[in-house]
Amino acid sequence: MGDPRVSVIDERLRHVKRIIAVSSGKGGVGKSLVSCALALSLVKKGFRVGLFDLDFTSPSTHVILGVKGAKPKEDMGIVPPIVYDLKYMSLIYYSGELAAPLRGADVSNALIELLAITRWGELDYLVIDMPPGIGDATLDLIRLIKRIEFLIVTTSSVLAFETIKKLVGLLRELKVPVVGLVENMKRDKASVIGEETEGLGVKFLGEIPFDEKLESALGNANLFFDTVFAVKVREFTARI
Amino acid sequence: MHEWALAEAVLAAAVEVAEWEGLKQVSEVRVRVGELQKVDVEILEFAFSQLRDGIFKSARFVVGLELAEFKCRACGHYWIFSKESVDYYSAEAIHFVPEVAHVYIKCPVCGSPDFEVVKGRGIWLESIKGVK
Repeated sequence: MGDPRVSVIDERLRHVKRIIAVSSGKGGVGKSLVSCALALSLVKKGFRVGLFDLDFTSPSTHVILGVKGAKPKEDMGIVPPIVYDLKYMSLIYYSGELAAPLRGADVSNALIELLAITRWGELDYLVIDMPPGIGDATLDLIRLIKRIEFLIVTTSSVLAFETIKKLVGLLRELKVPVVGLVENMKRDKASVIGEETEGLGVKFLGEIPFDEKLESALGNANLFFDTVFAVKVREFTARI
Repeated sequence: MHEWALAEAVLAAAVEVAEWEGLKQVSEVRVRVGELQKVDVEILEFAFSQLRDGIFKSARFVVGLELAEFKCRACGHYWIFSKESVDYYSAEAIHFVPEVAHVYIKCPVCGSPDFEVVKGRGIWLESIKGVK
């Protein structure tokens, strides 16, 4: 017989209006930073927002936001704690600061478990910080959440963008909507990524310049929200 | 009461199976829980008794336990889970997300966290009996 957890995922997400997975082809392009800035930006606009860190083996949104001491509540499932007005969920509540060496099947199981037991309640947006690439987590989310939409992050590097073409190709093949692409860590004035993105049939949401001061704002959500980086994310939030 | 969320999941799956099999009345649902997740069977059974309705109204829910067994992918060692091998905090974490066993449990021979949970991971539906 089937996995009972899968049967309840739709119910758990029934009152979530939009579910946006922030994804990329490669790691290190700024997905977690974009996820946090997007989630905070939506909250400041008055929306009810959840943030779910699905990068189980390398979670970092808790570091960006400076989440300390928060714990989910048990109430016929688990209810995410409120952090900076966000309903915030991460595997770190259970793994702490220790390494979580998970193989693909384990990632799938942990993902299904958390989707099945987390009670998000009513949300306008659930932002999901994805692990890089088109592996298990991406395929599972597409399989399990029919309403999922993707926001793609890349850098200006041809190496990063090359993997984006594969990601976009997969999403198109599976008929998964892409809300747009963001070019992060921009250092020059070239418009190649924007043009190529439009060429792929994906909305180009904009460029985020390399922000020298970003690192020093990590760990404090208020400082982070005022960085040049976050201000740029706030600008494109309305276009998603 | 995380067991309630699991009970809801089992019931949702059981409804799908019953519909698929064309059952008009369900008399028995057998569920198996893995030892690793340390599900509280009493709470689970109570949740079933409170949540059941429709064609499950008079169904008997039978919950069985499967012991947890591991196999190390690094050295091949096979061992049986012992509750005493994890502390309270680790057991609680594993209770919610069994995969974090890889954070807290290591192969007793080589110390690797890269092991397979051969048996006794989570919760699953074993069988449904009823009238068509």
